[in-house]
Amino acid sequence: MVSLKTSLCGIELDNPLIPASGTFGFGYEFAEIYDINVLGSFSFKGTTKDPRFGNPTPRIAECKKGLINSVGLQNPGVHKVIENELPKLKKCFFKPVMANVSGFSVDEYVYTVKMLDSEPQIGWFEVNVSCPNVHGGGMSFGTSPEAAAEVVRSVKAVTNKPVIVKLSPNVTDIVAIARACEEAGADGISLINTLLGMKIDLKTKKPVIANKMGGFSGPAIKPVAVRMVYQVYEAVNIPIVGGGGVESAEDVIEMMLAGASAVQVGAANLVDPMACPKIIEDLPRVMEKYGIKNLKDIIGGAH
Amino acid sequence: MKDLIFNIKSNKKIAKNTYEMVLLGDCTDIKCGQFVNIKIEGFYLRRPISVCCVEGEELTLIYKVVGEGTEVMANMESGTSLLVLTGLGNGYDLNKSGDKPLLIGGGAGVPPMYQLCRELTAQGKTPSVILGFNSYDEVFYENEFKALGANVIVATADGSYGVKGFVTDAFNMVDYTYFYTCGPEPMLKAVYNSSVTSGQFSFEERMGCGFGACMGCSCKTKYGNKRICKDGPVLEKEEIIW
Repeated sequence: MVSLKTSLCGIELDNPLIPASGTFGFGYEFAEIYDINVLGSFSFKGTTKDPRFGNPTPRIAECKKGLINSVGLQNPGVHKVIENELPKLKKCFFKPVMANVSGFSVDEYVYTVKMLDSEPQIGWFEVNVSCPNVHGGGMSFGTSPEAAAEVVRSVKAVTNKPVIVKLSPNVTDIVAIARACEEAGADGISLINTLLGMKIDLKTKKPVIANKMGGFSGPAIKPVAVRMVYQVYEAVNIPIVGGGGVESAEDVIEMMLAGASAVQVGAANLVDPMACPKIIEDLPRVMEKYGIKNLKDIIGGAH
Repeated sequence: MKDLIFNIKSNKKIAKNTYEMVLLGDCTDIKCGQFVNIKIEGFYLRRPISVCCVEGEELTLIYKVVGEGTEVMANMESGTSLLVLTGLGNGYDLNKSGDKPLLIGGGAGVPPMYQLCRELTAQGKTPSVILGFNSYDEVFYENEFKALGANVIVATADGSYGVKGFVTDAFNMVDYTYFYTCGPEPMLKAVYNSSVTSGQFSFEERMGCGFGACMGCSCKTKYGNKRICKDGPVLEKEEIIW
């Protein structure tokens, strides 16, 4: 018998699989086709203070081994999330859920976390620092160690739940940003978010995405993600949620060997809605193949 | 929604750049006006294709070759297995049709009108059908619609066949109680502006997942934001913002 159990910031997980924010809605679409309680947890749709329609369409461009998205954080706003989405989530998912929050100012992050903090089902906050800071000249919070640390400090002050920071890979030194977040009190690091990309249509000779650029994800980005998880694992003492192009049990194991305590699956959910349960079902076979008894034991094993 | 394996029974060219693929598999989840999302080897995202006809275990799809994915589809042989996500989208509401529904399809928007026409005629309704194409070499399914007993008018933009002009140029030739339409957006807009009754519009958009998870295909409506893949592809005239 092998064990898939792992833990994240003191919360036990039946397995390391966590569908990534933005690829899993609030869970109930997937609950129509499988029991989503087989998952370790999931990170719900990025939530902001105010409702957002997001970016103009087309928002999706297919690429080789991945896709570019430019959804732009479409969500009904934190109040509607609490009123309409979380009650539906509660009916189909009975484990702690990861609340993914975004903001365009430090105050917006704080507001959203404060509002969600009293929701008992939220196990962790996953703070997405890839959004532009409207008071900081539009630069993403996640591209500056100081700005990322300020978000973490401010959010930590209003919640006792674990705060995991989701880092952008579009930076020169991911380690410096991860360290700054740890020093500011972060309980975990989640990486990677999407890589900035572009696809040009040869017929129209213009970018496919209405906003021209978008976030590239899918199996093509996995080596970048594994490398960054590995680097950050060497630099911090808080747990890491690894993700980026994961689509198989082998990928999960690789991500954990690099240093991930839990593993996110993103784009794969969009091309195969059964991707996560298939990986969970396949994990024991692949673990046995590589002589792994407890998944927990291999975290950071590549170092 | 179900993710199922279908086998290709036949796959043939029926007009310029236009192919008809008949698939065999479990069609129990498929409704009129919905679409399926097909996994094609070598491509990351699936290809959403509207349902043209569903009968027993036979699912007929008509698709246009518009890019590399549909090019690969066009060369698939009988017997090939395909992974198909079925039961996607809301589909048409047939209850609002009245006695004399009008079905307006343009180009790749013609196929969903066929299953709709089958179901409406089965209910004893007498649909009128206007099919719009650019040119005679693109015309397909005129006889199939006629065989259902529908009153069929074909319009071609270049006048090479039927009425010269757009589908809306044939509006004065029909008397209708309600309409259903699918086609390119400029055509849908023209139908929106020229139609005298209420009706339902089927939309197309670049999709990520096809089942409501990614928010890739959202649009604004008078009743709030909707996802073309999950809350659509069919929207009612009254909710569309143009």
